[in-house]
Amino acid sequence: MNSIHYLKAAYAATWIIHLTYISILYRRYRRLRREIDQLKGK
Amino acid sequence: MSTSFKITRATLAKDIRLEWRSKDAINSMLFFALLVVVIFSFAFDPTAEESRHIAGGLIWVAFLFAAVVALNQTWARELRNSVLDGYRVSPAPANPLFLAKALGNFLFVAMLEVLMTPLFIIFYGLRALGPAWELLPVAALGTWALVVNGTFFAAMSLRTRNREIMLPLLLFPISIPALLAMVNATQNILTGEESARFWIVLLGTYNVVFTIACLLLFEIVLNAE
Amino acid sequence: MKRAFLILAVLSIALLGFATYEGLFVAPTEQTMGDVQRIFYYHVPSAWTAFLLFFLNFIASVLYLIRGNDFADRFAKWIAVLVGVAGCIAAFAIKPMPYGIEPSSVATTALAITGIYFLIRKYFPDERTDVLALVAAEVGVVFCTVVLVTGPLWARPVWGIWWTWDIRLTSTLVLWLIYVSYLALRRFSTSGQTPSIAAALAVFGALDVPLVYFSIWIFRTQHPQPVIGGGGSIDPRMLHILLINWLAFLSFAALLCWARYQLEILHRKVEETHALEALLEPEGKR
Repeated sequence: MNSIHYLKAAYAATWIIHLTYISILYRRYRRLRREIDQLKGK
Repeated sequence: MSTSFKITRATLAKDIRLEWRSKDAINSMLFFALLVVVIFSFAFDPTAEESRHIAGGLIWVAFLFAAVVALNQTWARELRNSVLDGYRVSPAPANPLFLAKALGNFLFVAMLEVLMTPLFIIFYGLRALGPAWELLPVAALGTWALVVNGTFFAAMSLRTRNREIMLPLLLFPISIPALLAMVNATQNILTGEESARFWIVLLGTYNVVFTIACLLLFEIVLNAE
Repeated sequence: MKRAFLILAVLSIALLGFATYEGLFVAPTEQTMGDVQRIFYYHVPSAWTAFLLFFLNFIASVLYLIRGNDFADRFAKWIAVLVGVAGCIAAFAIKPMPYGIEPSSVATTALAITGIYFLIRKYFPDERTDVLALVAAEVGVVFCTVVLVTGPLWARPVWGIWWTWDIRLTSTLVLWLIYVSYLALRRFSTSGQTPSIAAALAVFGALDVPLVYFSIWIFRTQHPQPVIGGGGSIDPRMLHILLINWLAFLSFAALLCWARYQLEILHRKVEETHALEALLEPEGKR
């Protein structure tokens, strides 16, 4: 049953990697939006 | 055709002359390679039998790191006093410049190898069990493989924020097949266990492919602002 | 546009959920490896997706380098058509196919290459080619990372080792390294011609991959190693679920690429605006 841990780890790792990337994109998007608002404000 | 040759020869002569007077690159390369050899011999402490197996890898790692030291310097010299800009503005084609730089680097690294090899033989008690003469094409092809891509990527790295780290970062992954070939060929020749022929063919192919690629694409890199 | 994106998002999530369920609960348990083998349903589709994305980057890089050069453009078009034609001919002419490759997959792959070339050329002109290249490389690296993490996690319980220098693992690692260096070049380059320089690097990377393959092949011929992941036929039920997972990950990759693409376009517009502002600022205002 030890090998089941590897299965869980692999599936978990996959989603951790994807979700990390999505959060990076989201943060970049927020920063960009802020910049645009600043530009619009001028 | 002959203009290209003249340009290559002139640029190469200039680089050799500058290097001969200052001995910048060769000194730092030499010292660095020596350090690597000494540290490796502390780290591994091999018997004569084992040493033949790992010497191939150690030698080429030492040469690779030393070559990176030299490669970083080659283009840096051109940046000072806007020499590179002068070249870009001139009607001279880009390839002779690249060839001259690559040949210059090749000569410097080859000189380093000639100086370091006796040291390696002494430190590791090496003696080739296979055909020792085959080490010459391996060394020549291997050095050119590192140098041709290294010169190209060094030019690429000129326009980056962290120039010195960018060169190895770009060079190492692309050089993996060549490194594998160099190390295994050297190991095969030293241990005499297998033929190095396949590896030499691979190195030859690698060199042809990437020399052509560098010559075709260098113009883009040179003219990048 | 926004609506299509949302539809794709919902579709991707639904597909992924369904595919994961199938992989974990419906697929038959493998005889020798047990349940751990189910990692395969994530590992293999991620690998195929990563390679497809890297291939997209390669085509986009080539297109970027030859744009504006009429001769190169025509030459490349002919090569693309030739690949498609040659693939179809080879599929029918070479019998039997070496290495047990299906003729239909050769033809499909060749036609896909031609199709991808012309589609990118048509729908992503000029600067957009470069944005596509960047996006494909980035998402490709994400998927490749998944491959390199799930691979050892599968290998360890099944074959007892975390890593081996076999052909597929090593070429995947080298590809990952090349593209990470590609992304580093993009990020740290201060040149205005970064797209061209990066495209040149992508071409170098593409030239390198077959050489890596060949070098590992020689290496393994001289130093036989444990065979990982076997060749051999696959249970059709497993194949079916594998393909479902691939479809799910492909649509997820498309979603990520689309999002990243829009983000990059927006980013470039903002950069342009900053640049214009700096230009237009009246002299006295410093």
